[in-house]
Amino acid sequence: LPERKIRVMVAKVGLDGHDRGAKVVARALRDAGMEVIYTGLHQTAEEVVTAAIQEDVDVLGVSSLSGAHMTIFPKIFNKLREHGADDVLVVGGGIVPPDDREALRELGMAEFWGPGTHTGDIISFLQEAVE
Amino acid sequence: MSDLVARVRSGEIRAAGRLISLIDRGDPTAEIILPLIYPHTGQAFRMGITGPPGAGKSTLICALAREYLEVGRTVGIVAVDITSPFTGGALLGDRIRMQDLTRDDRVFIRSIGNKGRPGGLSRSVQDSMRVLEAMGKDVVIVETAGVGQTDVDVVDTVDVVVLVTVPEAGDEVQALKAGILEAADIIVLNKVDRPESDGLGSELQELVAGCTNEAGWEVPVIRTVAKTGKGVEELFNSLDAFENWLNEDDRLPARRKLQVEKELKKLVRQGMIDALDHTLAKTDVQDSANRVVAGEVDLYRAVNDLVKGLAVSRKGDATPLPL
Repeated sequence: LPERKIRVMVAKVGLDGHDRGAKVVARALRDAGMEVIYTGLHQTAEEVVTAAIQEDVDVLGVSSLSGAHMTIFPKIFNKLREHGADDVLVVGGGIVPPDDREALRELGMAEFWGPGTHTGDIISFLQEAVE
Repeated sequence: MSDLVARVRSGEIRAAGRLISLIDRGDPTAEIILPLIYPHTGQAFRMGITGPPGAGKSTLICALAREYLEVGRTVGIVAVDITSPFTGGALLGDRIRMQDLTRDDRVFIRSIGNKGRPGGLSRSVQDSMRVLEAMGKDVVIVETAGVGQTDVDVVDTVDVVVLVTVPEAGDEVQALKAGILEAADIIVLNKVDRPESDGLGSELQELVAGCTNEAGWEVPVIRTVAKTGKGVEELFNSLDAFENWLNEDDRLPARRKLQVEKELKKLVRQGMIDALDHTLAKTDVQDSANRVVAGEVDLYRAVNDLVKGLAVSRKGDATPLPL
């Protein structure tokens, strides 16, 4: 079989217009040979999950810099479960305080990266996790 | 396996998404499932939207899809974007222009990269479109990446080809003349709010004036501003007229038959080449090469001998290739 390409969706949810980080990560993942689908800004959790399922991605990466992460992520996990798609690896990036990270991890978030992260770390994590 | 087919048939997006992935990565399971999908296809209107990068294809598709939804027809979209030849990675961004459509469960959008499809892009796209048809989508649209031969291959498999171009693409129109322009059933000049548009508009009109496709359809040039929706209704009406025209006098089955014939020939040819490569023993070729280099026989004689040898090795059931 030919090499299987990792498919990743990079998404921004809600009233959060800061997408520089999401775009930097999207480009880094592309340059690592992955197929990256970027949804653009101002999506609802429902839209992001629908898109992720249509695109059948291995990884859903959500960037959150607005402080709404404790609303966004639980919604995403619920929607994924509704569609029987809870095998999609969900990761996050942006600003999330340590306590919240722990809570989200318990809900099923695989990993979270904050400012200053090396894109190489994200790439190797995803490559290993999707294997 | 047949479970996945039943789930696709019932419109489950999870199942359709999964099946397209199997097709896309050339998974052997796809070859088992596809024959079960085929009987449920053929009823959709298949549309190819092509044209240079940045012409506004995605935005136009989004606007068109809304028109189709308005008249009660569901829409499936396969959006092809560019894969990096260096890393094999891709940033598939067509969805960004179609954000509104994700909200509507009558629409299914799938993005794929234009390189690294094991069975070839054209095949991957066609089979993915079939999945969307089997899902019950009434109109299935493929957006090409806007580059290269694969675009021509892709538009060779649809019921209607829409070429989208822009005023600043003057030179590109020249380049398009010999290729995709000939395949277009409808031409769209998008972004006509730009000053240069008048010139190119008339140039295009001149180029296609009195141009008819092989079955006698006169190719219209439609001016749009996809972003504001200007001209979209006219394009929709033109597509509608084309669809009606196709449905008269058995034109649609005739067009599809021609396309399948072409595809069959292409695939058989490829199959023959593969089979030949397999049969042509390396040692025979090396022997012949040695004899040619040594001046014992000339190249053409050597070819003749090899071809005869191939025919014999197939127990005489094949006629030698004419030389």
